[in-house]
Amino acid sequence: MLEDGPIDASAGDVVVLAGTSKGLFVLSSSATRQRWQLRGPWFRGEAIYAAALDFRGGRSRLLVGATSAHWGPSVYRSDDLGGSWVEPEPGTLAFPDRTGAAVARVWQLQPAGEAMPDVVYAGVEPAALFCSLDGGETFALDENLWAHPHRPQWQPGGGGLCLHTIVPDPAGRPRLGIAISSAGFYRTLDGVTWAAANTGIRAPFLPDPTPEFGQCVHKVDRHPTEPDTLFLQHHWGVYRSDDFGGQWREVGADSLPSTFGFPVVADPNRAGVAYVLPLTSDEFRCVPEGRFRVYKTADGGESWQALDKGLPQDNAWLAVLRDGFAADSAEPTGLYIGTRTGEIFASPDAGESWTELARHLPPVLCVKTAVVR
Amino acid sequence: MREDGGGALKVVVRLARPLQVHAGGATCIDLELPSPVTVGAVVGAITIAHPAVARRVCDETGVLRRHVNIFVGADNVRDLEGLDTVVPEQVEITVLPAVSGG
Repeated sequence: MLEDGPIDASAGDVVVLAGTSKGLFVLSSSATRQRWQLRGPWFRGEAIYAAALDFRGGRSRLLVGATSAHWGPSVYRSDDLGGSWVEPEPGTLAFPDRTGAAVARVWQLQPAGEAMPDVVYAGVEPAALFCSLDGGETFALDENLWAHPHRPQWQPGGGGLCLHTIVPDPAGRPRLGIAISSAGFYRTLDGVTWAAANTGIRAPFLPDPTPEFGQCVHKVDRHPTEPDTLFLQHHWGVYRSDDFGGQWREVGADSLPSTFGFPVVADPNRAGVAYVLPLTSDEFRCVPEGRFRVYKTADGGESWQALDKGLPQDNAWLAVLRDGFAADSAEPTGLYIGTRTGEIFASPDAGESWTELARHLPPVLCVKTAVVR
Repeated sequence: MREDGGGALKVVVRLARPLQVHAGGATCIDLELPSPVTVGAVVGAITIAHPAVARRVCDETGVLRRHVNIFVGADNVRDLEGLDTVVPEQVEITVLPAVSGG
């Protein structure tokens, strides 16, 4: 599982994890983010749908959700930047016997906010939420979400019935949001009671386009100082909520070349700034016109501007999965995109200019980044 | 082999290379189990001794993973009685990745 030794990075450096269908690749750079070192693959042959960098509470931990086509899913952790990896014993993330369910894939590993430095959430297929209270060493099923009366009616999206997005509260309040394809967005305000929270999200692929649940939410993100404001990329439509999912409103349809896409990233340094990667349609799923363009809003989603300097604009029929886009918290914001065809693009200036950091990697499934503390 | 009076069977389980790292580098696991021994009982014993091996062979519901094959001698248990297959005396078990998974 371990290849290539630890990541060469120290405090202030930036690390980017790129989970691919054939293992984990790691990019690291100084704070300038001008020169990058590529390492890997680690966990060769395993699909890395989930990864996390966790520097809360004085730890320096990497978490990886790996799935072997033969041997199933595992969660690994490293406390020395990849120098060594361990797997929880006894048992990795697993369903309790009474559920009769088995984890097919770990889709998301999400550290909670700074106020809860030991809490890590995991989203899996079949759709379920797990919570760790020891920094990702052991996980327990969220029984309340598992018992939700909607669950038997949830339908899988193209990637399976997966819980792929987790939105914790940055201040440590018990409220939490999650997204499931294709059940929609659910939230709990008290940490116990879960409710569908899709009001305003249209589902044109269903006979009733405004159901209580069944929306195909692709990704949700929020700014850390505006936790009530959520940006959501739906199967069709980019949406914004200003009350943590109580009500959604479609935004930006007039200034985006397509409202279909997968990732949405809220700029961690600028409230009201977010990024999307429009794709032509759900049938074609490539960037419009063969031009790879990121779209940025600076007004909370009302209007979007194309960013393309340094990105391929000629016969670039690229696509990016829901977790293939991430932003770091350095100044100015660094952006990182991994494509289904194995390119990694990076911007050290909040999208104004881009460079290609890698090509010919396996299909990129997730991109995660952090500034090393 | 069956021991006189003990009703126990010694079973050798040969591991595919990717599993060996999860068994401390061992190429095989030696078990002694009450006879009659099923393949499921073998997996159960491995769960205790080497849980990281066992969960790669069966998921948490106890189902043999789709792309993992267990052979009793030369026979795939999928063609026999699955995990209920009884292990004969002096017959080794081999755990291998299926070609369908790669």
